[in-house]
Amino acid sequence: MSTVDLTINGKAVSVDVEDRTLLVHVLRENFNLTGTHVGCDTSQCGACVVHVDGRAVKSCTMLAGQAAGCDVITIEGIANGDELHPMQAAFRDNHGLQCGYCTPGMIMSSIDIVNRYSGKLDEATVRHELEGNICRCTGYHNIVKSVLDAAGRMKVSQAAE
Amino acid sequence: MGVEGIGASVKRKEDRRFITGKGRYVDDIKLVGLTHAHFIRSPHAHARVKGIDSSEAMKMPGVVAVLTGQQIVDDKVGNLICGWAITSKDGSPMKMGAWPAMAPETVRFVGQAVAVVIAETKNQAKDAAEAVVVDYEELEAVPDIRAAIKQGAPQLHPEAPGNVVYDWHIGDEAAVKGAFAKAANVVEMDLTNNRLAPNPMEPRSAIADYDTAEEHYTLYTTSQNPHVARLVLSAFYNIAPEHKLRVIAPDVGGGFGSKIYIYPEEMVALWASRKTGRPVKWTSDRTEAFLTDHHGRDHISKAEMAFDKDNMILGLRVKTHANFGAYMSLFSSAVPTYLYATLLSGQYMIPAIYAEVMGVYTNTTPVDAYRGAGRPEASYLLERMMETAARQLKVDPTELRRKNFITTFPYQTPVIMAYDIGDFGASLDAAMKAIDYAGFAGRKAKAKSEGKLLGIGVSCYIEACGIAPSKAVGSLGAGVGLWESAEVRVNPVGTIEILTGSHSHGQGHETTFAQLISERLGVPISQVQIIHGDTDKVQFGMGTYGSRSLAVGGAAIIKAMEKVEAKAKKIAAHALEASEGDIVIENGEFKVAGTDKSIALPMVALAAYTAHNLPDGMEPGLKETAFYDPTNFTFPAGTYICELEVDAGTGKTSFVNFVAADDFGRLINPMIVEGQVHGGLAQGIGQALLEHAVYDTNGQPVTASFMDYAMPRADDLPSFQLSHTTTLCPGNPLGVKGCGEAGAIGASAAVINAITDAIDNNKLEMPATPNRVWHAIHGKAQ
Repeated sequence: MSTVDLTINGKAVSVDVEDRTLLVHVLRENFNLTGTHVGCDTSQCGACVVHVDGRAVKSCTMLAGQAAGCDVITIEGIANGDELHPMQAAFRDNHGLQCGYCTPGMIMSSIDIVNRYSGKLDEATVRHELEGNICRCTGYHNIVKSVLDAAGRMKVSQAAE
Repeated sequence: MGVEGIGASVKRKEDRRFITGKGRYVDDIKLVGLTHAHFIRSPHAHARVKGIDSSEAMKMPGVVAVLTGQQIVDDKVGNLICGWAITSKDGSPMKMGAWPAMAPETVRFVGQAVAVVIAETKNQAKDAAEAVVVDYEELEAVPDIRAAIKQGAPQLHPEAPGNVVYDWHIGDEAAVKGAFAKAANVVEMDLTNNRLAPNPMEPRSAIADYDTAEEHYTLYTTSQNPHVARLVLSAFYNIAPEHKLRVIAPDVGGGFGSKIYIYPEEMVALWASRKTGRPVKWTSDRTEAFLTDHHGRDHISKAEMAFDKDNMILGLRVKTHANFGAYMSLFSSAVPTYLYATLLSGQYMIPAIYAEVMGVYTNTTPVDAYRGAGRPEASYLLERMMETAARQLKVDPTELRRKNFITTFPYQTPVIMAYDIGDFGASLDAAMKAIDYAGFAGRKAKAKSEGKLLGIGVSCYIEACGIAPSKAVGSLGAGVGLWESAEVRVNPVGTIEILTGSHSHGQGHETTFAQLISERLGVPISQVQIIHGDTDKVQFGMGTYGSRSLAVGGAAIIKAMEKVEAKAKKIAAHALEASEGDIVIENGEFKVAGTDKSIALPMVALAAYTAHNLPDGMEPGLKETAFYDPTNFTFPAGTYICELEVDAGTGKTSFVNFVAADDFGRLINPMIVEGQVHGGLAQGIGQALLEHAVYDTNGQPVTASFMDYAMPRADDLPSFQLSHTTTLCPGNPLGVKGCGEAGAIGASAAVINAITDAIDNNKLEMPATPNRVWHAIHGKAQ
């Protein structure tokens, strides 16, 4: 067992875990942050993507111990109170989700994509960058639309800040 | 229409919880005292279980119990059943091999459970499972249809000689023989419909909680039809009496058919909770999902079509072998028979059809309904045939189709189905226009001059949705009725609750069903709550599959609404001192026609519950129930056309354009409908290009993770160009037909037809991987 200190959604926490424990399980089991999902065993599907120190990470690929001292943001931590993150709003407005299971990981990956491309994105780039996230419901059509829409919204919101 | 009524692309009510991470799936649920189950699964495709030693495992930390297949048999838990009885052509019933929830003696596919460890934590259960020693005697396995039906092949079930489940037929053999005798041309094809894993992103999960004080079971499960789960678990499996079993399916993360059936894990969890006195949770990992979620498709067929000298179809003869895997799953028997062969007329006037279907046991995961279920197999066969015929007859594929289209309705096919309405020419026209079909020859010639291979492929599909009526399906062997129920409750303050037996696993029922109410009563959808997925709340239902939710479930809501409206009008008329016949409902107001007298819905509702001033003899309250049994299937149809380029050097295909023109009848929420089509197209294209559940010659699955099974990713697919033509379904009060499966039914043939056009070689099987396409181009064996 090890004690891991980290920050989750802006709150400093400490947790005792078996050394083999994955970050995704700490989030789900210890902190009840069940928005981060597990969809596969091989880090292929991306349902578990969270942000660790500002970068998209598959939380099923990271040991909880590796997150010691890190700043972890999950899907529950990106809205500003009742005000949705622009990526969340774009997914809703563009019908970028159906069953909702891959959605938190998709949104977390997509925010990272937009951040890395500073809002300059085209369809081909979005499709390529979504390589690590699988959706079985939407055929990606509306997810791609959502990301491109959010890229514009995030640019606007950044400019306003 | 109102702003939130029928025809409005209203944003989904359910989205907020999903995009904020507040969805509540089974694996998110924790109960006090929860234990965790880990199954011990066979590594062999076919083996005898000689012994299980759990003595070491029982000493491991946190272990509560290790339970075996023999114990579940000793406790008289029933075998899994197949719910649709099919009769062979010789009149004999289908052959059912016994399927205990965990195997006491013989395992028949890799992944079949033989025992389960129950422990305090999931990791403890997994650790202890490593210490359970199972002694197997390996037996020879038959992993595919051809091996299974070979003379002298290993026999899977003593009940099924030759590994044959049934040898069924439909249609008129003599008439087809006559048609071929007078044919000017005959087209023949051998076709394989590849095996697929449904792969909803949410793995299956079950939590069983037995309450000793009440002798009552609660089962949380990832189910598309919780009521049917309860019915089957209680009526056939001797697990719990129906009134002592509550089944809850909360948010369900996709199903595509794979969450229709009852699985062994749900049975074992319920039994183990009773045995241990603790709540038991099991959640599948992805490899378990590949091994145990029931697969789809897996047909091999020989098809022949006869044409007269004017290229009119005279007859169709089909012989199909369908792989059922090791056991007969809940609805499996109906898939290659009444959901497949009855659609072999497609959009065409085919005077004579004869189809034979032999169902076969193999040492593989059971095969059952997957998105479209039987209809994709029928559509693929027919549309590959039509394209191949056009090339053989040297006519344009669209012209050959158009010439043979059914144009007068209702139309009785020779294989049971009576199409109620359609306009197949309109869909074809719309798709051809959208893709600029007329300009394709020029584009192809230009591409050729640049050394590129361009191809176009057409697919004109039809499907049968909202499977019905109950009396008819009962006469064909179905074990359940296929109606739907609904209850409309107007609360005293005028808000409305709809209780429905349909259950959403991503289709947006909470929005679409609320729109039906908004349209009728003029209330915003925010005032309407949809309640589903809990057998303690909703009295009964038949669940969600076969694009039935709106055509059957929505129709039930409308029927219940009509009863509510009738009573509400009586109350309003009484309050307004008017004649009941003069009351009209507009924008949430009950008005006396032609006057300014009105009363708002909340006041009518309040009057119903205060009951201070109701018409004499009227029962207080305002809620009504309806059970709706349709009079016929619905028949969505459309045309998909795909234009793509093949790289001759690598065999890789890339999309130029993909257009879809569908006729789904009335669209309640076009945004949701289009989303459903996108998803279906992705699954159809996935089958055509990428997906294949593969077993080696020993029955070992070699595609048991996302690293081996090629799931379509964003980069594999184009953006789709959709359009709709409309003929209203006359068979239900909404005029709707169903849209959830269309894409998966129609897309595969369009893609393969396009590739075969590009490479000028008709012999190409799915999935058309770059390797296969390269070999097809360069003429070498695969």
